Amino acid sequence: MFKIVDKSIISADEMVLNMGPQHPSTHGVLRLKIITDGEIVSSVEPIIGYLHRCFEKHCESLSYEQIVPFTDRCDYLASMHMSHSYSMAVEKLLDLELPERVEYIRVIVAELQRIASHLIAVGVFGLDVGAITPFTWTLRDRERILDLFEMLCGARLLYNYVWPGGVSHDLPPNFIQKTHEFLDYFLPQIDEYNQVLTTNRIFIERSADVGVLPLDVGINYGVTGPSLRGSGSTFDLRKDEPYSVYDKFDFDVPVGQGLMGTVGDCWDRYYVKVLEMKESAKILRQALDGIPKGDVHEVLPKKIRPPKGEVYSRYESARGDVGFYIRSAGKNMPDRLKMRSPAYCNLSVLNEISAGWMMSDVIAALGSLDIVLGEIDR
Amino acid sequence: MLDKIIDIINKKFKDSVLHNENSNYILIENPSNWKLIADYLIQNSNLKFDYLMSLSGYDLTNDKVGVAYNFYSTKLKHYLEVRIEIDSNVEIPSVAEIWRTANWHEREAYDLVGLKFSNHPDMKRILLPEDWDGHPLKKDYETPEFYNGMPVPKDKSYWE
Repeated sequence: MFKIVDKSIISADEMVLNMGPQHPSTHGVLRLKIITDGEIVSSVEPIIGYLHRCFEKHCESLSYEQIVPFTDRCDYLASMHMSHSYSMAVEKLLDLELPERVEYIRVIVAELQRIASHLIAVGVFGLDVGAITPFTWTLRDRERILDLFEMLCGARLLYNYVWPGGVSHDLPPNFIQKTHEFLDYFLPQIDEYNQVLTTNRIFIERSADVGVLPLDVGINYGVTGPSLRGSGSTFDLRKDEPYSVYDKFDFDVPVGQGLMGTVGDCWDRYYVKVLEMKESAKILRQALDGIPKGDVHEVLPKKIRPPKGEVYSRYESARGDVGFYIRSAGKNMPDRLKMRSPAYCNLSVLNEISAGWMMSDVIAALGSLDIVLGEIDR
Repeated sequence: MLDKIIDIINKKFKDSVLHNENSNYILIENPSNWKLIADYLIQNSNLKFDYLMSLSGYDLTNDKVGVAYNFYSTKLKHYLEVRIEIDSNVEIPSVAEIWRTANWHEREAYDLVGLKFSNHPDMKRILLPEDWDGHPLKKDYETPEFYNGMPVPKDKSYWE
């Protein structure tokens, strides 16, 4: 097993190595400026902005309804979470109380989306460290969730489904039954991933004890979501400050325990996501059984014109704590909208967890952080 | 809760923070001792704001700019919003050494809104290219005609 190497033993001239922007392991157009000493990494500087689409500038000339599709395109692997978190911020600004059915539908789609997003994260992390088969399996199972979403709103990736004040469509007939069928199919699959990937000897060698993130460093860098929970924190907004109807469901918050190595290593960050998929399935079962009847368009505002004021709203997305800071000047467009993107903060810790390790461990550390460049660059 | 936090801060730093009734934030108009206050926010055992959630710069027009810090304490589970509103040529002390989240967020605030931070470890643009002119989220920003010799499309006639 690799350990941090003392650089004085093998000394060579330092070299600057550019990884990306076009590189399969950087999960998008990310450039890493790596200073290496032989095979050992001295420092990593992520250079971002290649996917900057001026999201915040656009928002200043769009009405509140028109911003929803833009938020979808920020984190394109968890679009439902983005539009949900944005809608929650606008509703907080409008002081809007939602019908219970809307909240239940939102929780159902958010948890399905969380499973879909974690499936990509789990599969791609395997791909990064050399396991190709599990990636095809996770994509196969994600496909079923995308089919459910297609049935729900016609779109498979960017939904424009959650709107401020409601959702665009009610659940189609059979959706609840189909989702139950999906869960019946999906839960045994997790055991299969565990057999082929989680407990795979080669995978453990590549990820355990690598890229250890201590808890206090993680909090200081603003790391949130599964990446922080892998370091042993139980911080989860769904549990700590339940929004929507999360307080009605019984679920656990998985944390990293260092089963294969140190607490907070890549393996822990990976395994937290596997366990979270099971918890999401648990929430889904309860939500599907308890969903009340009602009209999803009941309180949908015709025109959104919030009063003057500012709001900061938080949301637990698949990658962590999404925040929307909206300054309203009393018009139908926000005066300033800032999105606190979780992957942006998660990525900034990369230098901390990969300096002193081998080149190939940078790939493992980056893969375990589960970044989406669309959300980082905005 | 907020009153208690403000009491603790005001006891240590007399009259350096302002608070308006019915508002949920505290305002600093003279940022000269902001770094000391920031250090106190994370160190004091009754405050312990160890998690800087967000740092958002904004333009208030008329040569005034502002920055809003949203704090959360993961140990004591309380919130605080601190705003600094100043003239646009005044520098704000960087808190990147206290909360390392602030490093990238301050770079972003400089990049997009043009805020100036003093003593930042690595101040440069982060989202826009290094050679970009101006700060797009300023209210008086005008899109440049050309970027490196390429015309910048301003209306639909370029693509329709």
